[in-house]
Amino acid sequence: MKTPTIKNDIFVMLIFSAVILTMPIWMEPLGASYPDLLQKFAIFGIFAVGYNILFGLTGYLSFGHAAFLGVGSYTAVWSFKLLTMNILPAIIFSVLLSGLFAMLIGFITLRRSGIYFSILTLAFAQMFYNLAYSVLTPITNGETGLQLARNDPRVIDRLFSEAGEGLPSTDFFGLAMSGYSGFYVCAVILIITFFISQRIFHSPFGIKLRAIKSNQTRMKYTGYNTRPYLLTAFVISGMYAGLAGGLMAATDPLAGAERMQWTASGEVVLMTILGGVGTLIGPMLGVGIIKYFENIFSALNEQALHQAYAFMPDWLANIMVAITSPFVGEGWHLTLGALFVLIVVFLPGGIMEGINMIKKRFSKKTPEPHSDSLKKKVAPETGK
Amino acid sequence: MSNIILEIDNVQKSFGGLKALCDLNLKIEEGKVHAIIGPNGAGKSTMLNVCIGQLAPDSGSVTFNGENMIGKAPYEINQAGISRVFQTPEIFPDLSLLQNVMIPAFAKREGAFKMNIFRSLSNETEVQDEACHILEDIGLIGQLHTHAGSLSRGDKRRLELAMCLVQHPKLLLLDEPTAGMARHDTNKTIDLLKKIKEGGMTKIIIEHDMHVVFSVADHISVLAQGTIIASGTPDEIKGNPKVQEAYLGGAHL
Repeated sequence: MKTPTIKNDIFVMLIFSAVILTMPIWMEPLGASYPDLLQKFAIFGIFAVGYNILFGLTGYLSFGHAAFLGVGSYTAVWSFKLLTMNILPAIIFSVLLSGLFAMLIGFITLRRSGIYFSILTLAFAQMFYNLAYSVLTPITNGETGLQLARNDPRVIDRLFSEAGEGLPSTDFFGLAMSGYSGFYVCAVILIITFFISQRIFHSPFGIKLRAIKSNQTRMKYTGYNTRPYLLTAFVISGMYAGLAGGLMAATDPLAGAERMQWTASGEVVLMTILGGVGTLIGPMLGVGIIKYFENIFSALNEQALHQAYAFMPDWLANIMVAITSPFVGEGWHLTLGALFVLIVVFLPGGIMEGINMIKKRFSKKTPEPHSDSLKKKVAPETGK
Repeated sequence: MSNIILEIDNVQKSFGGLKALCDLNLKIEEGKVHAIIGPNGAGKSTMLNVCIGQLAPDSGSVTFNGENMIGKAPYEINQAGISRVFQTPEIFPDLSLLQNVMIPAFAKREGAFKMNIFRSLSNETEVQDEACHILEDIGLIGQLHTHAGSLSRGDKRRLELAMCLVQHPKLLLLDEPTAGMARHDTNKTIDLLKKIKEGGMTKIIIEHDMHVVFSVADHISVLAQGTIIASGTPDEIKGNPKVQEAYLGGAHL
């Protein structure tokens, strides 16, 4: 329960940055080092890290954060269409606009807490989703989704060059947003946002948010106006979601309303809970695991299963395929559901709780005399 | 007569047909320990709830330090200088003892809202020292980093008291600070209350334990059926036949 010192925080930041930036290397043996997937890791990482600032610290379970993801995506694509293919203005507008929406929605929904808050946020997100398909079609381009076109104005780009043949692609001052360079841009942004989240977690502001989660009644009678605290956390997490949405559009310049569906809101809740609510690293782990297994399981089909069970006698292989095939391919969500149930039942604190339990067990299992004898063994060597 | 810090004037509060407070008048002198005693259901806790803005009275006024408190939000009333220890301890069970005490200290320093994201909690040494100082006084300094939720009931009460004391309130409301405590813990709390009495903080204490009341109170008011039936020094109250009738059932002290 000790608040980590600044030294400790810097150490964690360095490790985190190193792990993220070397992902293309250590993901190689896992078969997940191709840029598309790595970009997804980083982008959903930003989404989950931001979501955790609201859900993890204040305990307010929002079921509508995908709305901000959608706002971010549409904003970014409009920026590509009207201004420039450079992603910088796009993500700035995404963050600002989603922050504005978060402020409006938060202002209304934060009047209630618990299940009522969750339902209100869900209602808003569904409203956005349906509006995108109906009234707002001129802005969202309805079911087709908002796409780039060759004859878009792109005012800023036109100042420097003529429109080329074919569709232009997004870039960050010349750095292409596709492939590995796209991943590195996303990764650096992830590291920055993770740093901000770490600062919030270990600041007086963060501890007050935790106190609201722990006992809001006490907070009120302790002299705090809790509403602005909650609204700030809501807006910050909304901006994170908008940033993630903007980056999604930056890596693949297409915005569709399905990004705002409740399943997308649910996914970030799953990721956060799976990794560990209210822990710094937990949501990142949740993202990694869900996106990695989604990638593997959804690619499998019956044929692949038959190959995997080839070493078994035919009749057994057939039974095994029949049992496991509903869990792969399209049925990947069944696996995810089962995994989620297991985690919530056995590890309500998520994977981080599991890691902490293992840590504790190891530190307990090391008996005192053993460590003493170790010291003695080491001592003569150090003496030399 | 010294300054009146809190004045409750003609306060009425009903819950449906039940009149919890009727024509309640009470004046609290600055720097005194004022005990409120009375049978169960007399309206003691309702009175405190009205004082801290948890309940709005049907009519009447509550004036604190010359300022009207009716219609203010609980946090504004706390910022004005009233802290309360609840009957069931209201602490932050998921945070450490140190953090539990640091949070009210921040409220006192920074007001109702401050967004200080880029300051590290571990650098707030001044607030930390202040919190440690109070925890030392209260006897919980050995458990700085334990979860408050794992404390015993008596320790939770003492922690809550520490959380109020760190704010140096002008008026401290204590709702049965020793209820459910073992005799040993009760005595510790009495010692503590006597110790903080020297600071000149005004206190209203609701208590059933007469041992506690007569050890700490300067002034006692007796509440029955939502109104004050007697008020005076401990000695006056002890000898008042009306009080013995209403509260003590005729038994002699």
